[in-house]
Amino acid sequence: MIVFLIKRLANAAFVMLVVALMAFMIFRFVGDPVQLMVNEQTTQAERDELRERLGLNQSMPMQYLHFVTNAVQGDFGISYRNQQEVMSLIAERFPATIELVLMATIISLVVGVPLGVITAIHRGKWYSEGLQFLSIIGVSLPSFVIGIMLILVFSVMFNILPAFGRGDVVSIGWWTTGLLTPSGRAALILPSIALSFYQITLVMRLVRAEMLEVLRSDFIKFARARGVPAWRVHYSHALRNCLMPVVTMTAMNIGSLIAFALITETVFQWPGMGLLFIQAVTFVDIPVMAAYLCIVSFIFVALNTLVDITYALIDPRLRNAKA
Amino acid sequence: MTQTPTLDVRALRVEFPGRHGTVTALADISLTIQPGEILGVVGESGAGKSMTGLAVQGLLEPPGHVAGGEVWLNGRRIDQLSDREMEKVRGREIGAIFQDPLTSLNPLFSVGKQLVETIRLHLPLNRAEARIRAIELLAEVGIPGPDIRVDHFPHQFSGGMRQRVVIALALAARPKLIIADEPTTALDVSIQAQITSLLRRLCKDNGTAVMLVTHDMGVIAETADRVAVMYAGRLVEIGPVADVIARPSHPYTRGLMGSIPTLGARVPRLQQIDGAMPRLDAIPQGCAFNPRCPQVMPRCRIERPHLLPSGSGHSACWLNQPAQESAA
Repeated sequence: MIVFLIKRLANAAFVMLVVALMAFMIFRFVGDPVQLMVNEQTTQAERDELRERLGLNQSMPMQYLHFVTNAVQGDFGISYRNQQEVMSLIAERFPATIELVLMATIISLVVGVPLGVITAIHRGKWYSEGLQFLSIIGVSLPSFVIGIMLILVFSVMFNILPAFGRGDVVSIGWWTTGLLTPSGRAALILPSIALSFYQITLVMRLVRAEMLEVLRSDFIKFARARGVPAWRVHYSHALRNCLMPVVTMTAMNIGSLIAFALITETVFQWPGMGLLFIQAVTFVDIPVMAAYLCIVSFIFVALNTLVDITYALIDPRLRNAKA
Repeated sequence: MTQTPTLDVRALRVEFPGRHGTVTALADISLTIQPGEILGVVGESGAGKSMTGLAVQGLLEPPGHVAGGEVWLNGRRIDQLSDREMEKVRGREIGAIFQDPLTSLNPLFSVGKQLVETIRLHLPLNRAEARIRAIELLAEVGIPGPDIRVDHFPHQFSGGMRQRVVIALALAARPKLIIADEPTTALDVSIQAQITSLLRRLCKDNGTAVMLVTHDMGVIAETADRVAVMYAGRLVEIGPVADVIARPSHPYTRGLMGSIPTLGARVPRLQQIDGAMPRLDAIPQGCAFNPRCPQVMPRCRIERPHLLPSGSGHSACWLNQPAQESAA
């Protein structure tokens, strides 16, 4: 178990190093940072001094080492665009994205799980097949289309929900939340629905497949033979046995939701990390881009590693190996 | 025989409509089980033994359904009940034991929880009373330390112990009928004897009727009072177990008995029935057994024999029926 843990963590660290290398390379490929930072009037001496100060005259591996050690300490340098610490910029935007992603996850579970159960139990009925068909549309519709359509219907046609922004927010320490104000909650509805759409269909299809598998098992037949009512067989006995993969998939997908949020945030002008990244791209604000890449990758890798370790804990063979 | 039988199945027919026409899985099944009686049901795989049990419980997998006949339980007709009404019959009036104890229990719930669930579904007990009853049941089926074991999960029990738990679950509401589908097939031989004697004891003590489905003639000989032999979805012979074993009147039963090894008897080679059971969608005209029957007559290929009295039981074979009777 210990060996497995070390292996898995080393694996994760290696992936992060590669990601950091890629983030670091952006600086090289996009052009000379000094050129980007200075204006026309800067003298050569000033340029050299800046180059010296930024450590750009060092060798490549040294610079990379520097980048990594700084990144580990949460220092991603200074934004080219507004001369702020990149880390504080991201920290400011982080709560918005996380609230959006968590809300979308909750929606996808609350809607997706019952739909999956229903389509599994009533397989072959017209409404079940209809939902299956709709879920294909859900999977294939790009989230920006869904977002724009939601805005069109609820903001433009009926004018009941805000189309952009985050509404009023309340600060709790460094965290800002929109959940405590009416306008903040209203603003959260459309973006989280748009973001959860794909996830709902994913959860629904997974639950359906798992349910069909579990419903065939003997203990379900035996539960029915014991006289357990149908709804209880389905929602207590069968569903419980399906939740394991659903939970793992949901945990792992939080990473991709953060990545997907980029598009949703752009459509709804949601002030999260994704929007920050898009703005950074438009202004060639490389430190912000690099930091975004590193942080999103870190969340991805951390979640995956966590899931792997949890699996190992649950697998009795590994559990026995430890004892 | 003035008593109402616990189970009375009359001319039961089960069909599976499919893409290539309807398959008749069971035809003309008639049998009764008296209170406290154990009826063994034997036959090859696919003969319809388990299907008969499932049909009685209303647990046929769709699109399979009862297409004809009647099922009476304690003088009440149950084959036409709605799903909701059947839920109250299952567990309460019919207990079930499945073949594989390793997969019959929900792995995520403790055995106590599954027992309490079943007890409370059928009996007006509160949680604490149901738990006491659950412990009593575990003790009754011979599980040591039932007050501790009640909180254990299925994977903490051995196969034989799990089958005891399954039996406890089947007995939870003191049903009048237990349908045991291959209850010993998945167990070691030494455990098999324990389970069958437990089943027999519980049945005799409580006056419970048992339908014991198995392909093992040895289990039948030890446990059952009467035996029904099935072939290709039909009953071929039914009668007291000693008579059927000693004087089988249907050639198929004779073949079945001949293929059982006997200790001490020096035979160069076990007898076997040539050929295989026909597929249910390709049952030959006349007697279903006629292509494999060593005593086949021309009539067997044309007319299907019905279950008629023969000796102390009933059999479906033209050999046992005088020609003039069939003309009627």
